[in-house]
Amino acid sequence: MEPDKPFSPEEDPARFQKEGALTRFARNQLATLALILLAMVVVLSLSTRTFLTATNIFNVLRAFSWIAIASFGQSIVIISGGIDLSAGSNMAFSGIITAMLLVEGVNVPLSIGAGLGITLLIGFANGLMISKTKLPPFIATLGMMSIVRGFCYGMTQGWPVRGLPRSFIALGQTDLSFFIWRVPVPAIIMVCFAVLVYILLDKTKLGYHTYAVGGNEYAASLAGIFTGKVKNIAFTLSGFLAGVGGILMTARLGVAAPTAASGYELDIIAAAVIGGISLTGGEGNVWGALIGAAIMQILRNALVLLGFPAYWQPAAIGAVIIGAVMIDMYRKKSI
Amino acid sequence: MSDTTVTNEKKEPIMALQGVSKYFGGVHALEEVDFEVYPNEIVALVGDNGAGKSTLIKILAGVHQPNRGKILFRGEPVEIPSPRAAQALGIETVYQELALIETRDVPANFFLGREPTRGTSGIFVDRKKMVEDTVRTLKDLGIVLPSLRTLVRYLSGGQRQALAIGRVMPWGGKVIIMDEPTAALGVREARKVLDLVLQLKEKGCSVVVISHNMRHVFNIADRIVVLRGGKKAGDRMKSETTPDEIVKLIVGAEML
Ligand SMILES: Nc1ncnc2c1ncn2[C@@H]1O[C@H](COP(=O)(O)OP(=O)(O)OP(=O)(O)O)[C@@H](O)[C@H]1O
Ligand SMILES: [Mg+2]
Repeated sequence: MEPDKPFSPEEDPARFQKEGALTRFARNQLATLALILLAMVVVLSLSTRTFLTATNIFNVLRAFSWIAIASFGQSIVIISGGIDLSAGSNMAFSGIITAMLLVEGVNVPLSIGAGLGITLLIGFANGLMISKTKLPPFIATLGMMSIVRGFCYGMTQGWPVRGLPRSFIALGQTDLSFFIWRVPVPAIIMVCFAVLVYILLDKTKLGYHTYAVGGNEYAASLAGIFTGKVKNIAFTLSGFLAGVGGILMTARLGVAAPTAASGYELDIIAAAVIGGISLTGGEGNVWGALIGAAIMQILRNALVLLGFPAYWQPAAIGAVIIGAVMIDMYRKKSI
Repeated sequence: MSDTTVTNEKKEPIMALQGVSKYFGGVHALEEVDFEVYPNEIVALVGDNGAGKSTLIKILAGVHQPNRGKILFRGEPVEIPSPRAAQALGIETVYQELALIETRDVPANFFLGREPTRGTSGIFVDRKKMVEDTVRTLKDLGIVLPSLRTLVRYLSGGQRQALAIGRVMPWGGKVIIMDEPTAALGVREARKVLDLVLQLKEKGCSVVVISHNMRHVFNIADRIVVLRGGKKAGDRMKSETTPDEIVKLIVGAEML
């Protein structure tokens, strides 16, 4: 457009200025979540003597890093308008493939590479089914969830794979020193992937297109975005990241069971949803999923520390999911 | 069509459909339609609801593929297999359904699908450039939006329409298609859009405008093409017709 004015511009340039910090804060689901998380930590620190111990914090960090990493992949898929129910099975499967190779004497990097490669391919297969045959993501990944779980049982004859080498187990159980802190390796890996996924979604063209496809697929395709390609990449990354989570889980547990991570797909999806990633697509970010996963894990931990039998955990988690989504919906209406 | 001497009387169309038909299942949205867009002219495409107007422009925009017939661009037969292919030919489209992403902010919608990138990698979005260019274009067009950070979800119907129109402007398209661009606009804003269409023509573009508003059509169009039930019912120079005649062509003689 040439600068000579086609219409007399009568707009107030101030209108283009950034909105106030308070509005931005109120609009920010993340801020609310962080506050909830902080409140939980404060309450637990005051009401129990064990919560704020280093051992407990590290256990929490370790336990939620697998779920969190898988939920980063899930977030990409949900933002692109899909859902990946096969994430839990993928976690178990990457662990089993890696463990079986390790037991055969294959070296650690190669075994991990194979485990991740398999789940990456499974994710790609999900993507192909959804973008090429137009299968709804719910159906395609529901089927894949069962297929992959079947392979977990079939390949192990139902037995856990044991006897993993120390060098592999170290991945899940070592702490690295940062000044006075010792931080579990899985937590460090989790933060690395969070940053990578954040950059992918927020800074790259692919990220912009992912939001566009999830926000309005038809509009995205009218704008020349290859929506099938975007979905394919999203599901492939979800498969891969579930694989990463599965390997860290296996390293931590020291055994690859075919029943591992059963039902985790719901925790993984819940982490994203609690974190403000709308199931209708096009909204949310990876920090939400991270905080969502942390909130769930701390809640589990709290129930244990406060002396509730573990049987009650699902009920509490369910209530949190519903509450978080209601708050999010209310916020969107009120602003 | 073989006559390539450019005279005022008979220029070669920049774009043409020849005998184009489009079916959606049993629905014959377009049947054997010929349609030309000449350089530097404003064509109004009119017709009742369901006449096939949007279907026709979506063939020009690469959204639909014709079941039969040919597309010519600058005299050459072409296929336009995707919206991106249309953009590459210099065809820019404002869709009736606006095609905005409600969950994204103004710059993201402004550059939807064509985000500028930093450096040569083509990977990282140049957000600063997006914001600056968006501000500049909106200002040039006199479009007022509450804030660039606003999600499109919170914009009014007219603001959305202004955004959808504004975002095709910076790309230097030679053929600009607008499907009911004034539908959601107030009188003043509609006037601005009509002015914009006239300016595009002054700059040498061709504009295809769909509208149900006869006043608007007769204000700006050089030529008026009427569709009825998927067939071309008339093709008139504005100087040689009247609103009455066009309305008769739209509804069909049998109804009068
Ligand atoms: N994607 C589609 N699938 C099936 N039928 C369609 C599709 N698009 C259009 N049609 C049908 O084709 C016919 C022409 O539709 P079109 O949208 O081109 O009409 P229009 O002239 O733009 O009408 P309006 O003034 O209401 O916008 C209608 O009968 C419509 O139902
Ligand atoms: Mg239409």
